Amino acid sequence: MNTRVIHIYCTAAALAALAATLLTASPRAAAADNANAVARGKYLVNTSGCHDCHTPFKLGPNGPEPDMSRMLSGHPESLVMPPAPALPDGPWVMTSAATNTAHAGPWGVSFTANLTPDADTGMGQWTLKDFVSTIRTGRHMGRGRPVLPPMPIPVYNNFTDADLEAVYAYLRTVPPIKNRVPEPLAPAQKTAGN
Amino acid sequence: MDAATRLKAAARTVLFAAAVLLHAHAHGDANGALPERLSDTGLYVAGSTTQVRPGVLAFAPQYTLWSDGADKQRWIALPPGTFIDASQPDAWQFPPGTRLWKEFSHAGRRVETRTIARLADGSWRYATYLWNADGSDAVLAPARGVAAWPVPQAPGGRYAVPSRGDCTGCHESAATPVLGFSALQLSAQRDQENKTLLNELIARGLVRNLPRALTQQPPRIAARSATERAALGYLHANCGHCHNRSGAGVPLRLTLAQSAADPDASRADTVASLLGVEGRFRTPAWAEAAHLIEPGQPARSALALRMRSRDARLQMPPLGTDIADDEGLRLVERWIRHDLSVEPRSPTP
Repeated sequence: MNTRVIHIYCTAAALAALAATLLTASPRAAAADNANAVARGKYLVNTSGCHDCHTPFKLGPNGPEPDMSRMLSGHPESLVMPPAPALPDGPWVMTSAATNTAHAGPWGVSFTANLTPDADTGMGQWTLKDFVSTIRTGRHMGRGRPVLPPMPIPVYNNFTDADLEAVYAYLRTVPPIKNRVPEPLAPAQKTAGN
Repeated sequence: MDAATRLKAAARTVLFAAAVLLHAHAHGDANGALPERLSDTGLYVAGSTTQVRPGVLAFAPQYTLWSDGADKQRWIALPPGTFIDASQPDAWQFPPGTRLWKEFSHAGRRVETRTIARLADGSWRYATYLWNADGSDAVLAPARGVAAWPVPQAPGGRYAVPSRGDCTGCHESAATPVLGFSALQLSAQRDQENKTLLNELIARGLVRNLPRALTQQPPRIAARSATERAALGYLHANCGHCHNRSGAGVPLRLTLAQSAADPDASRADTVASLLGVEGRFRTPAWAEAAHLIEPGQPARSALALRMRSRDARLQMPPLGTDIADDEGLRLVERWIRHDLSVEPRSPTP
């Protein structure tokens, strides 16, 4: 028996131990794991800037602050944006709505997505794979149109798979909000409204 | 689950793990590094990049994916003594060790060869190889792809190489990752080309367990006209790998994949999910195109407009093409304009 076969049998034994552990794990332990993932996901969402763009800002007594009654629901459907101002030539390239949910630049106008688990207008029908592959590829669900600026896909691509699973687990638990975010506008359409 | 049951389940897992690992040992490269050169992937005889190895089978699907006008050749190889289980006619099961290749050429120059392989653990591995200018070999492309590789023979002198994520985006959204090698695509009853590969595969024992009904009556798309059959075939090949009801597709009520097992049902699903159905995608420029298909009016049908667009925000398919397929569009528009103008509307599903 050569060393590779020995290695294979050792690996099989390790897998068996893992299988035994998994098979004997109780539903209570699974629930605890999910609770840990949700807590970790909440921490990541709150510390990684998700609210900065996906929760509309409102003007409060202390200045602009996220409107948590619309937490993570993206650009408000009811806020039809006027044409984006034309910028003069120069280093300024982007304008942003006061809500920080609409952004105009060389790519056109992008509107931040509804991350809540609403089935019709949010991510209610997204699978974990859809979510992870969006971050990994920079395309919607890993196979649709490109995710547009200023979404920092390269930054979030540094999350581990476990981090992304935790973020997804947390996003499944936030209150669903029905809010159909407009589709992005092409640069030539920057003068259009919604 | 009591202790004895758990023990039995664990024992089964041990045996399965050992079997998988021993199979991997026997076949060498379960999770090994990808070969750096195409010539080392098993497509060609040793020392050649033109002579295909004996046992590697060329094939052509009857409905093809539009790839910006590239000419394509395709091959498949199964490990000796293995076969494809066709008992699920729309989700053939390929044995570990299966490999497929697709070669892309422009103006006679081989540009890229993509390959997928089924590993010992049942997962699929994707890679693509880029041909050097003199065509002597192709080298492994970077995992992130190449957005605009200079290729003088390609349209516009640029060629987009997909990333590994792009590969899985299309190939892992359907019932099986092998998209062009299926009962429907290889059927002996074809719209295009007169091939009998499916019968040959069955006769050689390489495809087994295809339901008897489909060997007696080869699979064919259900349609009310030749135009409709061709249009549904086009949508199947170009859109059905994401828009299907396999459970792996995108979460929309849109069925553009046709079934060999139940062609009438899949045709009905397709029509019901398109005709007069409001699309979720709205843009001010297309205010008149609220429906995926407006019967008789391709200019007011979001399906056709998105197929024609090559704006990255709008285009369909979103991957693998930078140039609209005029011929395919004419076919789909003809179907919408003439065949569907008399189709009774179905209630929105």
